Amino acid sequence: MSARLMQGNEAIAEGALAAGVRFFGGYPITPSTEIAESLAKLMPKVGGTFVQMEDEIASMGVVLGASLAGKKVLTASSGPGISLKQELIGYAAAAEIPAVIVNVQRVGPSTGQPTAPSQGDVMQARWGTHGDHSIIVLSPWSVREAFDIAVKAVNYAERFRTPVILLTDEIVGHLRENVELPAEVEIYPRRTPKTSRAEGYEPYTPDDDLVPNVANFGEGYRIHVTGLIHDETGFPSGSPKVTREAIKRMNDKIARAEDIIEVHQEFMDDAEFAIVSFGGTARTAYEAVLNVRKRGLKVGFVRLITIFPFADKVIRKLAGKVKGLVVAELNFGQLVNEVERAVAGQCPVKLCAKYDMTIFEPEEIEQSIDELIAEVNGNG
Amino acid sequence: MRKQLRLSGSGGQGVITAAIILAEAAVSEGKQAVQSQSYGPEARGGASKSEVIIDDERIYHPHVKTPDFVLAMTQKAADKYFHDLNPDGVLILDDDLVPNSPDFKNIIRVPITKLAVEKLGKALFANIVALGVIVKVTKLVDFETIKKSVATRVPPHTVEQNMTALQLGFDAV
Repeated sequence: MSARLMQGNEAIAEGALAAGVRFFGGYPITPSTEIAESLAKLMPKVGGTFVQMEDEIASMGVVLGASLAGKKVLTASSGPGISLKQELIGYAAAAEIPAVIVNVQRVGPSTGQPTAPSQGDVMQARWGTHGDHSIIVLSPWSVREAFDIAVKAVNYAERFRTPVILLTDEIVGHLRENVELPAEVEIYPRRTPKTSRAEGYEPYTPDDDLVPNVANFGEGYRIHVTGLIHDETGFPSGSPKVTREAIKRMNDKIARAEDIIEVHQEFMDDAEFAIVSFGGTARTAYEAVLNVRKRGLKVGFVRLITIFPFADKVIRKLAGKVKGLVVAELNFGQLVNEVERAVAGQCPVKLCAKYDMTIFEPEEIEQSIDELIAEVNGNG
Repeated sequence: MRKQLRLSGSGGQGVITAAIILAEAAVSEGKQAVQSQSYGPEARGGASKSEVIIDDERIYHPHVKTPDFVLAMTQKAADKYFHDLNPDGVLILDDDLVPNSPDFKNIIRVPITKLAVEKLGKALFANIVALGVIVKVTKLVDFETIKKSVATRVPPHTVEQNMTALQLGFDAV
């Protein structure tokens, strides 16, 4: 396929379809609406269902229902809508229902600045819903990668039977650039029961990878789904042991899968310092690295593709090799706390934050690097 | 060779659509292109701006720093967006909608909206007239390429009028 101009939001819709999503439920909100618009056009062509619900809560509910009935599902929104979805995101985590939730971040809190870019929902993506839930959060930096990440998000949702947050931002969501999409992608199929009803099938009995093979509704199995802590039958249990094991398994099933941690590193071989960033901001950080390298500074580029589970080991290891890190993020300072936790005092961590509706200019990130170098070398 | 453009005006004038079509034309000629936009929460009437970067190399930072070309379709946009123009760049103004020229060396004034209204009966075609002007002035893409890109993007029953609009702009400078 030859290159064509495509928008990040369109690429997410294309990626979701390529990964087998056949049900979208949503409610429009800037800057995510083009995802719904694209799927309204494309979904019927592949025999899928597009439904615009009455609000964001119902949108989340309808995709969970469709997922339980066997469809791969997607919903998309932005800050205010994502806040509304939180209760049912927790339900999806507890009841282990595969679903992908796209958040095209805009400036918050509340209605904020509807059309302006931000990366202020990092910690909401991890902890937006209550309780010790597990979750996967992924973030693309380009239109092409938005496609790839949409495919991965769907595959991870199915593999781990978990909600996955595709955390993009207005920068990537609304950006148009040339892309060539692959003709085929790798697809993780819906998990199916390995035992029959006669053999005493229990929907929430974990497989070797700790993930249960919950049967789809309507396929002859007896299924009970609840947000209450449940045992392997799927029915509520008041037992401390069941509760402890349920919460532990829910977290372990994702924590043990290290292959889902993706970090893009460049210019790290000789790096004395590095810039850590993600999403749309990483494009500017990359240009900042190119610029300071032209001035002879040995600065590396680190971009988190998987935001959560957090790349603790990767960050801890590289913190032992460099003299300092700059964390550039389009918010008041969120990811920086995760980085500092992983660095654990091995090197200084400097925040480069911005929250004024505009994206970074490379010079602003370069200035943070210059300041960090001056501080570390004692000239600050 | 990197070229940077900024198309500005008010919501509803179609500057974002024009920028998308220009970027599509560049991509169809095998170039790298990124197009971004910024606008207010209003559907119509608020300030609207779209930026296009065209290059042979991959483009990372998506925002225009020193534009080589600025199109301004309102006085407000002209006053706001000419400041960081490349000194050798060109400022293209809608002759009727921008009565006062900003203090800049290379200005091209074209009655963009007036041409659309007088020749096609609708201000709606002003963005395509502007696109004709931009292609002529910037020489960034072939006229034949932009014709194809416009024809692909607009509603089928309006292709003929849009081709006229494009030609009007192209011939106006």
